[in-house]
Amino acid sequence: MSYQGQFRVWRGDSDGGSLEDFEVEVNEGEVVLDIIHRLQATQAPDLAVRWNCKAGKCGSCSAEVNGRPRLLCMTRMSLFDKDEVITVTPLRTFSIVRDLVVDVSYNYEKAREVQEFTPPKDLAPGEYRMQQEDVQRSQEFRKCIECFLCQTTCHVVRDHEENKLAFSGPRYLIRIAELEMHPLDAADRTDTAQDDHGLGYCNITKCCTEVCPENIKITDNALIPMKERVAGRRYDPVVWLGNKLFKRGK
Amino acid sequence: MTEVERHNYDVVVIGAGGAGLRAAIEARQRGLTTAVICKSLFGKAHTVMAEGGCAASMGNVNSNDSWQVHYRDTMRGGKFLNNWRMAELHAKEAPDRVWELETYGALFDRTEDGRISQRNFGGHTYPRLAHVGDRTGLELIRTMQQKIVSLQQEDKAEFGDYEAKLKVFQECTVTELLKDDSGAISGAFGYWRESGRFVLFETGAVVMATGGIGKSFQVTSNSWEYTGDGHALAMRAGASLINMEFVQFHPTGMVWPPSVKGILVTEGVRGDGGVLKNSEGKRFMFDYVPDVFKGQYAETEEEADRWYTDPDNNRRTPDLLPRDEVARAINTEVKEGRGSPHGGVYLDIASRMPAEEIKRRLPSMYHQFKELADVDITAEPMEVGPTCHYVMGGIEVDPDTGESTVQGLFAAGECSGGMHGSNRLGGNSLSDLLVFGRRAGLGAANYVESLERKPVVLQSDVDSAARSALSPFEPSDGEATRENPYTLQHELQQTMNDLVGIIRTADEIERALGRLAEIRARVRNVVVEGHRQFNPGWHLAVDLRNMMVVSEAVAKAALLRTESRGGHTRDDFPMLDSDWRNRLLVCRASGEDQVVPDVTVEPKDQVPMRQDLLELFELSELEKYYTEAELTTHPAAQGDTA
Repeated sequence: MSYQGQFRVWRGDSDGGSLEDFEVEVNEGEVVLDIIHRLQATQAPDLAVRWNCKAGKCGSCSAEVNGRPRLLCMTRMSLFDKDEVITVTPLRTFSIVRDLVVDVSYNYEKAREVQEFTPPKDLAPGEYRMQQEDVQRSQEFRKCIECFLCQTTCHVVRDHEENKLAFSGPRYLIRIAELEMHPLDAADRTDTAQDDHGLGYCNITKCCTEVCPENIKITDNALIPMKERVAGRRYDPVVWLGNKLFKRGK
Repeated sequence: MTEVERHNYDVVVIGAGGAGLRAAIEARQRGLTTAVICKSLFGKAHTVMAEGGCAASMGNVNSNDSWQVHYRDTMRGGKFLNNWRMAELHAKEAPDRVWELETYGALFDRTEDGRISQRNFGGHTYPRLAHVGDRTGLELIRTMQQKIVSLQQEDKAEFGDYEAKLKVFQECTVTELLKDDSGAISGAFGYWRESGRFVLFETGAVVMATGGIGKSFQVTSNSWEYTGDGHALAMRAGASLINMEFVQFHPTGMVWPPSVKGILVTEGVRGDGGVLKNSEGKRFMFDYVPDVFKGQYAETEEEADRWYTDPDNNRRTPDLLPRDEVARAINTEVKEGRGSPHGGVYLDIASRMPAEEIKRRLPSMYHQFKELADVDITAEPMEVGPTCHYVMGGIEVDPDTGESTVQGLFAAGECSGGMHGSNRLGGNSLSDLLVFGRRAGLGAANYVESLERKPVVLQSDVDSAARSALSPFEPSDGEATRENPYTLQHELQQTMNDLVGIIRTADEIERALGRLAEIRARVRNVVVEGHRQFNPGWHLAVDLRNMMVVSEAVAKAALLRTESRGGHTRDDFPMLDSDWRNRLLVCRASGEDQVVPDVTVEPKDQVPMRQDLLELFELSELEKYYTEAELTTHPAAQGDTA
């Protein structure tokens, strides 16, 4: 069952690096992360990679396999032909720390800029009543394991460092959608999604949805509904006229 | 003098799982400056792996539930070795901690009338686990992660800096606790994983929340982080550990393919109706109800099946016995030749409910088996077997404050000991994290506020901590064989798995101790390649020392305890022994070696259970666990003599 697999793994740091070739044993049922671990144990003890749960639940081992952003622990070797050269590279959108480890601080900074859950005042713990169908919409987005595959895939920032300032990326736009649809959140998040987090940059190519390991329908269930709310508020002629007449809004 | 980045905090929390985050939230809410240090990225802690739920007697699904029932279940699950005060606090406070999470934004699954839904789980009398599908741990971590961001946003508004009062130091490993002349905690020393540079936290109080030790075993549901750091650091700082012989093997881990062996299959599968079967298609758990639980579980498949819909008039299925019982039963079935092709047994949910229902209730289990094993759990049974999951043993703490035997050192969650006795019930971990995370945060805050002056870090300690951390880069002398940390880790894991695993004997444990002694000698000769920047080989070399110390504690305590109880099964002493019930085994560091010290183990008696708690149990049940002399104060016993 075992065979020798051909791998090219990017090695280096912020000063530069290159793809290195390795021949590694592959066994039945293994995933790419198993191969990286075998490399560490036998050929490259200092090969840097992030991982934790090895079960697709923590979102640590994100990298690009043959150019596609994936979780290494959920990418089975049986996906590839035995004689295929498998190339493993770090996430392209973030700067390199070392080997397969990248600097993901962009994501943590954006997370801080999303106004946190804002519950209604004076509601005591334990008094909350919510229907399953109402919590389900936000629950879909709370499945997010923060692997940042959507963040690295999105073309708004993938090759456009300059957009990072204004654009929070799919992960944090679904966080805003989650709170907007949260039965207990009292804040209005429509304007901030557009003005502070760059919802308008998204042109719904659905790349984020395609790479999401949790199968969250990012575009259909979060981004498009949020865009509709923005459009409803800003571009609906009836709303526009009402705002003019009664001097509401900005 | 060592070049080191210095920080000063009132409270330093080591570990960013459920317990650590809850402790940090509490300390910050008390107005103290708080640092959280974690080995991985913020939000990746092992708590995300918890699937089934968080036990709290809210009584939303069955209003008969109460803290007293939860307390009784917890003590039974731990075979009455639990620290009764911790079990009491836990049962009483868990509902408030869960409801509090909703105020942070958590979204649990709901009942028909809009309250938090609760599911059945092993050893719990009533549906008790608040849950979100089968990803409850993720919900807990994310909720508290976001609460921390929320507190940081408040600080930004008030002080202009997100990190004015609460900062997360991610991908940072602590290698040493520092103490002042009086023996009180004064700081923590470690390195940034990314750069390899050293960092020093000067602080009056450290809350240890580092989780467990599962990485010392070959087959485990635990991640690379679970190397017993908190256990070892605390012991090296002079603290005592208790109950280290009790290691929980979760009955249902994946067994195939080999690369995923050990990955957890949630108990929620059984809680929601899944049943265990052997290769003959028999529901074997009916044959394994032990004497202490006789009468509490269904005796026929028909009754067990009726229980799901009519729990008031039927007894629960033995598939939901506490984890230690189920794990041993599976072990026996496989050993006696009734296992599945890959050495497990079958866990069948496919024949028990419609496919859509399975996908809705157990989405990540469906996903996990589909992606990793090509198994469709809505159409065929899963193959499962025991996997090392949790350590009941840990740092000995004061139940109310979480303070260890070292002044200024607190602990909460899996790295603390006592709460779960000899075996933890599923669902009691997440609630443990919340209840005792909060208490340890409070305990640390109170302690720091009571200090007249802050304990001082000695420069010489910093220098020696730095030397010790760097020693794997410097081969000691040319003569010694250079050891590879990955090879040693593998040998350690194999040793613990084979010889101090689910079923133990004196002979095997002694062999394990022999091998551990040999590995310990070789740990000194570990040499790592490369430089300090994000170097996994070096990280492992440092963690390996901790794995070594905790493995010895487990093995030595396991050898001394000559009975079988909960997560400690001795083939040569297969019975529960009432004389052992009250006796704790206390592990301490000893000897000359500061880095990988020897472990000494001594017995110690527990404080007897408070009278009103004792009276929550029937005398006839207590008699199965206690010696006669211990029960003379029970009203029913006094009735006998009167």
